[in-house]
Amino acid sequence: MSDLLEVKGVVKRFGGFTALDGVDLNLKVGERLGLLGPNGSGKSTLVNCICGTLLNDEGSIRFDGREVSKLPAHKRIRAGLSRSFQLPKPFASMSVVDNLCVPILYAANHRVGIRKCTPSEATDEAMVILKQIGLAAKAQEMSGGLTQVDMRKLELARAMAAKPKLLISDEAMAGLSNSEVDEILTLLFTMKEQGIAVIMIEHIMRAVMRFSERVAVLVAGKKIADGEPEAVMRNPEVERAYLGE
Amino acid sequence: MEISSSLILNAIVSGILLGGFYAAMAAGVSISFGMLDVTNIAHPAFIILGSYVAYIVNSWWGWDPIVIAIVCSPLFFLLGMGLYRIYYYAFERKGQQSLRSLAFFFGILFITEVVLILIFGVDYRLVKSVYTETTWQLGEVDLPLRLVVPFIFSMIMIFGLNMFLSRTFFGRAVLAVAQDQFALRLMGVNPVKIKELGFGLSIAIAGIAGSFLIVIQPVQPSIGRDYIGLVFAICVLGGMGSIKGALIGAMILGLAESFTSTFFGPSWAPAVSFGLLLLAVAFKPSGLLGR
Amino acid sequence: MSNKAFIVAAYAFAAVLVAVSQFVPNDYFFSAAYTVLLFVILSTAWNILGGYTGYVNFGTPAFFAMGAYTTVALFKLSPTLPLWVMIIGGTLIAGLTGLGMGALTLRLRGVFFSIATLALSVVLLTFVVNWDYAGGARGAYVIPPREVPLGFHRYIQFLYLVMVFLSATAVIIARMIETSTMGRGLEAIRDDELAAECCGVPTLKLKLMSTTISGALMGMAGTTYPYFVSYVEPASTFNLSYAVNSIAMPLIGGMTTWLGPLIGALLLGSVQQVVQVTISSAWNLLIVGVLLVLFVTLAPEGIMGLWFNWRKKQKLKAGGSK
Repeated sequence: MSDLLEVKGVVKRFGGFTALDGVDLNLKVGERLGLLGPNGSGKSTLVNCICGTLLNDEGSIRFDGREVSKLPAHKRIRAGLSRSFQLPKPFASMSVVDNLCVPILYAANHRVGIRKCTPSEATDEAMVILKQIGLAAKAQEMSGGLTQVDMRKLELARAMAAKPKLLISDEAMAGLSNSEVDEILTLLFTMKEQGIAVIMIEHIMRAVMRFSERVAVLVAGKKIADGEPEAVMRNPEVERAYLGE
Repeated sequence: MEISSSLILNAIVSGILLGGFYAAMAAGVSISFGMLDVTNIAHPAFIILGSYVAYIVNSWWGWDPIVIAIVCSPLFFLLGMGLYRIYYYAFERKGQQSLRSLAFFFGILFITEVVLILIFGVDYRLVKSVYTETTWQLGEVDLPLRLVVPFIFSMIMIFGLNMFLSRTFFGRAVLAVAQDQFALRLMGVNPVKIKELGFGLSIAIAGIAGSFLIVIQPVQPSIGRDYIGLVFAICVLGGMGSIKGALIGAMILGLAESFTSTFFGPSWAPAVSFGLLLLAVAFKPSGLLGR
Repeated sequence: MSNKAFIVAAYAFAAVLVAVSQFVPNDYFFSAAYTVLLFVILSTAWNILGGYTGYVNFGTPAFFAMGAYTTVALFKLSPTLPLWVMIIGGTLIAGLTGLGMGALTLRLRGVFFSIATLALSVVLLTFVVNWDYAGGARGAYVIPPREVPLGFHRYIQFLYLVMVFLSATAVIIARMIETSTMGRGLEAIRDDELAAECCGVPTLKLKLMSTTISGALMGMAGTTYPYFVSYVEPASTFNLSYAVNSIAMPLIGGMTTWLGPLIGALLLGSVQQVVQVTISSAWNLLIVGVLLVLFVTLAPEGIMGLWFNWRKKQKLKAGGSK
């Protein structure tokens, strides 16, 4: 059986600068992968190429058995891919619950094998998700006025509301306090229970080590390590990338 | 119509003369839109304002329009700074740029036009100076001085501006503020102040270009709108924040318009600049020399 | 209120407006009302792309003119064609223009889109000015039929009826979009297009639908115009007043809902009619421009926004005093 995600030889250039230089990455159904790398190594570019917000110049991206590298982003989302943004991008003039209705109505409703729901059912489903993540009390608030950690939760919840098979969490914990990090981690673990594969991009090591089954490291557009978390962290090349010579 | 070499030669020369002037009109937009990311579609309104200031001073005291331009430019500079202040407090600070700021500048454009109509009416106005009626002859080529003099001063202004931006601290700060505001802060420079000064500069240039405009042709309040396409097309074609690029874009536009006018008639001229704008914007938003 | 109920209510209200107008002795009322209703349609149409989707269109005059000139062309083809044919024809052509404009420009960042709409508007104007079949710069005459349909006394009364029902139609369509799933998608696009795309919203398709519907309705407003003025020429058809009003009215009324453009058009339109007659049309435009700038800087949510905020404060007060 083929993997859920198969990224092969992906290259992305911006003018004269090569952000991704032939990256391979595979992910099985339900697998939890931590993606590490120093700033500017190409992690976000890779995420953008996988999701379709950028189109890769070379290489192939197969998701759930289909070649998706030429599809627009919304079609990939409808196929079961989902992502959160590093800097939360809420629909600021819409309420918290309405924010979740968008992916329910536009992504989940178009997933093969999932029952379509009406707009009012979508609101109910959104409330269920909000209860799960502890934001039910703020359902009617404008999403633009939330606290940092609540916005991160909403960002993840929105990605989850699309009923994805693979969710990419892009530095959801950056800049949060210890207890807030744990809140986000709990959220991510609920995805494990639902069998959703997760690619977690983080700099907070304890979170990565606790959460990931596998770890991959990207440096200057190339993957330099990919395997068991303990083994990868002991890899001298990885040490060098983070700590210098 | 027979296509003689003198017809073509004259079309080329007027195209170049016009192009140089168009660069002066658009240089301000290269700064405000290309570098400072402020979509000031009211820019042509300030050009027209400059024209009318030149008209008033010229008809009362008989000063030369170019002199008026230089003397009045500090006023336009201050006007630009004030306008940016309002823009900043109302929009940029809250991050609500696009839709509302566009409507805002559209309103400013509109108000300026209507106020000018209320004061001056819709008649065409022009200026008189020593060279406005003279035409030199260079072989088969006509060189009307009302085109040549603004061209010369436009080129002086363009080159001066380019040097200013690349050599002086303030100029380089303006170039920098477009790319990395945070780094600028770390250097102890207030990006907002720089943007304010930069925007003031763009309006001052507009005012000067206005004086040039009324030398070249008679002016009426509504013609400002016709130039929106022109100045933005040049800015986009030229790569957004590049003065050199704007000059090249302006030359292309000047030549295109000149040839269209000569061979198809002047009523098609607006379609040229706006059509080129459409193409530029659709196919190459980063322009010819862009980032 | 469900869609069906609203449709019935809107058309019933329209019928009432027509019936009541029969008691108005003043003929000027019908001319003024025609103009105000024109702005109702234009503002409502503009707001679908502007307020709901977040894309500012400066080319309203172009779409309006597409509708008007389709009527002129059809009239020249066959002067006895009934009005409803002109309306459908103009709406379709304007809709296609909207689709074309969208296809050309919607991949652009919001600001470039707006500049492109301005450019398109001028290019269209230049073509029309040079199009001799429809009269070109010299203009064209469109003569209303001698027999006024539906037995009204004067043709302008018939036009008033048509415009009332067209306005109701435009408002109904806007409300249907606003309350539908498509409306949510457009809102998401307006707030954050990239995030919307990543939530499964087919942004390009929805934006194209938005420009097409918006353009079609703006053209619809223009289809009866030749019969209103009788003499159609480019300068007055591509009037800047339409451009500025179609932006100012939704902004002042409130861009997030169908009520906003309606209120903005009724208020501002009526004020303009009064000013135009008592002072001058230049002062008229100045007032619109100043109001636009004031509202956009100080009260960008418009009258509806002020109303919603006031309501919220009232609710908080009521909750606090318990």
